[in-house]
Amino acid sequence: MQLLRRNLTAYGFLCAALACFTVFAWYPMVREFILSFQKTDLINEPIWVGLDNFTTAFLDPAFGEAWLNTLEFTLLALLCGYAVPFVVALVLNELRHARAYLRFVVYLPVMLPPIVAVLLFRWFYDPGPGLFNQVLDFFGLPALAWLDSSSTALISLVIVSTWMNMGSATLIYLAALQNIPPELYEAAELDGAGIFKRIRHVTIPQTRLILLLMLMLQIVATMQVFIEPYMLTGGGPENSTVTVAYLMFQNAFTLQDYGSAGALGMMLMIVLLVFAAFQLRLTREDKA
Amino acid sequence: MISVGARATTGRKRGRKRSPKPIEVQFRTIVSPHQLNSRWGRRIYWLVLATVLVVFTLAFVFPLYWMITGALKTPEELAQMPPTLVPADPTPDAFFEAWDLFDIGTLLANTAYYSLGGWIVCMAVDVSAAYALSKLRPMFGNVILGMMLATLMIPAMVVLIPLYVTVVDLGLLNNPWALWLPAAANGFNIFLLKRFFDSIPRELIEAAQIDGAGPVRILRSVVLPISRPILGVVSIFTIVTSFKDFVWPLLVMTDSDKMTISVGLSQTAGAVTQNQVMGGLLITSIPMIIVFFIFQRHIMAGLTAGSIKG
Repeated sequence: MQLLRRNLTAYGFLCAALACFTVFAWYPMVREFILSFQKTDLINEPIWVGLDNFTTAFLDPAFGEAWLNTLEFTLLALLCGYAVPFVVALVLNELRHARAYLRFVVYLPVMLPPIVAVLLFRWFYDPGPGLFNQVLDFFGLPALAWLDSSSTALISLVIVSTWMNMGSATLIYLAALQNIPPELYEAAELDGAGIFKRIRHVTIPQTRLILLLMLMLQIVATMQVFIEPYMLTGGGPENSTVTVAYLMFQNAFTLQDYGSAGALGMMLMIVLLVFAAFQLRLTREDKA
Repeated sequence: MISVGARATTGRKRGRKRSPKPIEVQFRTIVSPHQLNSRWGRRIYWLVLATVLVVFTLAFVFPLYWMITGALKTPEELAQMPPTLVPADPTPDAFFEAWDLFDIGTLLANTAYYSLGGWIVCMAVDVSAAYALSKLRPMFGNVILGMMLATLMIPAMVVLIPLYVTVVDLGLLNNPWALWLPAAANGFNIFLLKRFFDSIPRELIEAAQIDGAGPVRILRSVVLPISRPILGVVSIFTIVTSFKDFVWPLLVMTDSDKMTISVGLSQTAGAVTQNQVMGGLLITSIPMIIVFFIFQRHIMAGLTAGSIKG
């Protein structure tokens, strides 16, 4: 009786959350699966079409390019967005002055709505009076076409993305660095380890877990890149910035082909789940 | 820690012989206090500090300076090459024009309404769920928590389309609940809250039970007052996230009088002059910059608490 009553009260408190999760989290996961095997335009009744959506998605001329671009974007974003915050955090942790200012400033872009960063950089990238070309001009360097050239468009997106996201990674690394026991550095120093040896044999092993965790998190986040190509290039020039997420969005909301968008989503999900599973294993390792 | 302090003082003493202004060291990092206060160590330190200050200011503050001054310039001055570093004749006209052209009053009111409403819904749903899972411990509680956390593994972009289809099926387009309910289904919030509630001693709850308090009373008078720090962190992140959100409101709040500020700006930005766009962007940024100024400590604490232990 007591048990039944306790369970009833508990489920009373849980029911709102259960309803929200059922309708807006668990069901859409199932729906994604169903969607990818159906022809849906939200007007007519959906029809089962087997693997047709996957074939359509696969035969899309932009399909291969979208995956390559996503991969390239992820790799470039990792080069900038993964290595830079760690190095920045290492340097910030050594500084004894202006710490609050530097931390504030590096996190400031993260606070801005992404649309602000994106529209601001769209102006900076303007080939004419845009800030970047003016700076290049000031130093006597040749102007770049930035977003208008298929060779520089993707890297331009990576720059915006790094600018607006690196703050959180930097602060997370900084917190991890401050948790390293100082005795370890003293011991390493007594053993005659120089600065770089101390970084290699003390700092990196001590922050290994957070480094791996952030790597996985960033891969998953950057593989879903959408707002930058959507607002800055519209996938162009010559499909050089079409990403998988962008293609998915286009299929669904421009072409009203929710089925093939669903199929693309399934493929993206499978790729990302592999990373997520890897991440989960790392987290488990930490707890064990 | 004592040994560190001792080290720091010796470092300072040694430094004083060479120079009247040694670098204070409160905690030990990669570079030892002794190395730092050697003659070359000090020189390199000041050089690095100056470089970092200049680079950071250029990289993160200058773009914002350029945005503000861009809004204060006239379109003619903006098109000028090379650009002027300081507006020749600053005029705030662009702000007023942007306010009218973008209809920023409506957009800001919408966004504030969606953010605050979303916050109330999210807190009501997530706090009671976390309380039930942590203190009332129902059957299958761990299974439910596991399934809630599993949703964090699914990338947001992937569920975007089925979620949209679901919202269309429910007829929730252009209805604020289409923003609030999916946001309330936040496994991470529930996880953070539950972990905090778990740390509240059982004796406190039991004492309240003996005094005859029911579960609602215990939540309100015992659990919530103790949990203020975590409630603050979760609240700020919920509000900031919903203010910044772009893709989801773009899909579900499509009527021009119901749009959020991010979506409204993106729709109109192509049709107005550059200084007006900058004016709009600045007005949009101000609420978040103010929030950051006020809640900086909470935001930074929440960032590290959530990610390191989460």
